[in-house]
Amino acid sequence: MNDLMTVVDWSRWQFALTAIYHWLFVPLTLGLSLIVAVMESIYLKTKSEKWLAATKFWMTLFGINFAIGVATGLILEFEFGTNWSNYSWFVGDIFGAPLAIEGLVAFFMEATFVAVMFFGWGKVSPRFHLASTWLTWLGASISALWILVANAWMQYPVGMVFDPAQMRNVMDDFWALFSGIAVNKYMHAVFSGWALSGVFVIGVSCWILYKKRNIPFALRSIKVGGWIGLAGLLLTMWTGDGSAVEVTKHQPMKLAAMEGLYHGSVSQGIVAAGIVNPDKTWDNDEDEYIFDIEIPYGLSILAKHDPYAFVPGIADIVNGIDINENGDTVNTVSYAERIRLGKLSHEALRAYDIARASHDEKGMEKAAADLKTYYPYFGYGYFESVDEAIPPVAVTFYAFRVMVILGSYFLLFFIVALFAAYRTDWLQRHKWLQWAAVISIPFMWLCSEAGWMVAEVGRQPWTVQDLLPTKAAISEISSASVITTFWMFAVIFTVLLVAEVSIMLKQINKNSQKNLETDNAH
Amino acid sequence: MTLEYLQNYWWMLISVLGGILVFLLFVQGGQSMLLGTSSKERRDLIINSMGRKWELTFTTLVTFGGAFFASFPLFYSTSFGGAYWLWILILFSFIVQAVSYEYRNKAGNVYGTKTYDTFLFINGCVGCILLGVAVSMFFFGAQFTVSRGNLLDPGSPVISQWASSHGFEAIFNWKNLILGVAVLFLARMQGALYMMNNITDDPDFFNILKNKALVNGGIFVVFFLWFLAMLCTATGYTVTTNPDYSLNVVETPFKYFHNFTHLWWAGLTLLIGVVAVLFGLLKSCFSNHWTKGIWFTGIGTFLAVISLFWVAGYNDTAFYPSLLDPASSLSIRNASSSEFTLKAMSYVSIVIPFVLAYIAYVWKSMDKKKLTPEELETTTHKY
Repeated sequence: MNDLMTVVDWSRWQFALTAIYHWLFVPLTLGLSLIVAVMESIYLKTKSEKWLAATKFWMTLFGINFAIGVATGLILEFEFGTNWSNYSWFVGDIFGAPLAIEGLVAFFMEATFVAVMFFGWGKVSPRFHLASTWLTWLGASISALWILVANAWMQYPVGMVFDPAQMRNVMDDFWALFSGIAVNKYMHAVFSGWALSGVFVIGVSCWILYKKRNIPFALRSIKVGGWIGLAGLLLTMWTGDGSAVEVTKHQPMKLAAMEGLYHGSVSQGIVAAGIVNPDKTWDNDEDEYIFDIEIPYGLSILAKHDPYAFVPGIADIVNGIDINENGDTVNTVSYAERIRLGKLSHEALRAYDIARASHDEKGMEKAAADLKTYYPYFGYGYFESVDEAIPPVAVTFYAFRVMVILGSYFLLFFIVALFAAYRTDWLQRHKWLQWAAVISIPFMWLCSEAGWMVAEVGRQPWTVQDLLPTKAAISEISSASVITTFWMFAVIFTVLLVAEVSIMLKQINKNSQKNLETDNAH
Repeated sequence: MTLEYLQNYWWMLISVLGGILVFLLFVQGGQSMLLGTSSKERRDLIINSMGRKWELTFTTLVTFGGAFFASFPLFYSTSFGGAYWLWILILFSFIVQAVSYEYRNKAGNVYGTKTYDTFLFINGCVGCILLGVAVSMFFFGAQFTVSRGNLLDPGSPVISQWASSHGFEAIFNWKNLILGVAVLFLARMQGALYMMNNITDDPDFFNILKNKALVNGGIFVVFFLWFLAMLCTATGYTVTTNPDYSLNVVETPFKYFHNFTHLWWAGLTLLIGVVAVLFGLLKSCFSNHWTKGIWFTGIGTFLAVISLFWVAGYNDTAFYPSLLDPASSLSIRNASSSEFTLKAMSYVSIVIPFVLAYIAYVWKSMDKKKLTPEELETTTHKY
């Protein structure tokens, strides 16, 4: 058992490491491809060499980022097989489809047209080149759609039935995959990529301003990046609100962990800033927070769009308490009961297997009926105690606050950046603003990664909500193997990240001087 | 569309993707020539010729994996989770490839051009050999068992169990390595032929490439014939699947030879493929200016690979034989997705001709003007 848990933990770390690195690069691909496409469209309309230079400047940075994003993405796909082989069988019938469609429909589009985008200048017509740039953006965005549909399905598994003969889930409704969670998650992730790219473009442009390299180029870039970033951020906030409502409906434990809330109430406030008490558990009387500043009604509004709504805490959920819009107590299946029912579902499946082996039709029928009753709690059958079913609260709590606080800061950031871009003297006079923009770049990545931590840490211990815990989803490999490959990936990803950042800095430095020449020549 | 029809259809699509992937490994073949090329200008030519196609190989690998996952998830679960080190090393070699093109020639790349060229060389050699090893396991099997009942054992819930060396035993199995080496030299031959077609204005390099194609093609033919001889004399599993998804397995001597004769169209496809490869190779090497060889060897490779997949999976054959427990072997019947999923995916597969059409169109548009040393001096985006 100890080795099993070591494999589970290191497999988790390996997947988390790959996902964190992958998400360093993907949002920039999603947003920068759009910014480049807009700039190239302006170039084609105006025929201005200045816009061509701007297009090529950002396209170069896009290319540097794209390659490493592709590399980490490949690993993520295959890690479902290498490290989560049980998962691949248990839900592969549903989960595999979006991954295959992603490759077929989106990734080929992206990979084919990105080559035209980089190497097609002078080889294909300007219109075809522009179309290729837009298709690269479209391919990246469609690619994200399928991946996020797959991810959302893990958090809200729908559109399938369990086949006891094969001991796996099989799809019975393809369109159910496009649930509210999936739609919100997709838009939230893609629009956050626009916002991140907007911050990146503004930050880099402000550095060019600070160096007094090429003021017109920098201001042009700030305007395009600023508008796309602002639109992206506003849409991210809107879909974030939608995500909170969906999480409340389908993953109330995650919402409670995000808030560090153990005992909910009607008109529940939200903690704007605070420190969670590490000694607090669902079944003791410790205070939830060491320190907190609460906004009254906040969580009720966020979760249910109703300032007077009841929002359950972790202890409430564990004890099976929730209150619906009529004030009735609902959801009365406590976690202890879920674990019992989960074990009954295992028993039923075992009975089905034995009956099947002995061709006992009646036994199979009875076992199948029992299984159908208990299957919604199948995953709980792997737990020995309620504690195993509670996500890490502190990480989820702090990550949520980092995301929201930084997200709010970046709303102000875009407004100021756009205001400044249209009052050029003002921006050039205030050096501290330029520096603030440059320093803000890594915080946008922190904000973006924090969002994923909320989503993924908050849904633990599940790989598939309520059906398959992480510890039952693994591959049969030795802990030594996973530890070794974890460090292999950690080293190579870090080595490549260092190179990427270094190349980006050199390119920005070199190409901003080139752009100065282009602008002076015109 | 019956379940059986859909399983056959998806095995056909897997075969097609496998065939395209092995053809596109010419990129890896070209990379594997980097360390034997002393001139920097020519190394740049190789990189910039291959570098405009690397995404296609990479994407095909991703799609191949995704399609296998969607259509035969038990294979995905068993092979990837079991032959852990084999797949991890393949993936590792592709990580370093993906960045090397973009980074090698850029200022500030920290580790120097030579490091990235070495990465490309490693991917060129290791990637080809290990992919060949992975495919060879379709015929010569692997040491695993599958027991779905394990799912209910909280202490050891994994349904696919593997021999303790987790893929190393497959890598060091000489039978698998024969195909691995054959794939490497096939890729190198195709890489040389592709560059003969793609690069102009350097007649000396053209002749060097011609020699490389001949030497590598010769070695490929030797190893491929060796592999074919082993394949045709190998014992395979004839399987029938019971309604409860258990397998009846009969060990069948000369199974794959029987498959080639029974599935005559597979044998004929292999024959046409081999002839096309030999024609493309020999005409390229013995004519002075002919550059179309890559298309003949490419089509030949594609045909030969799909025929190998056909004899691995059709005619009631276990496409992933278990050496530990024959009843745990995987066939296209017991390893596939459900009828619903295969049908849904089949509707999506209608886009494949359109995807191939726009790839062909873009390929043609981009390769209309051949790569020249002068272009590398003037282009704004150079690897």
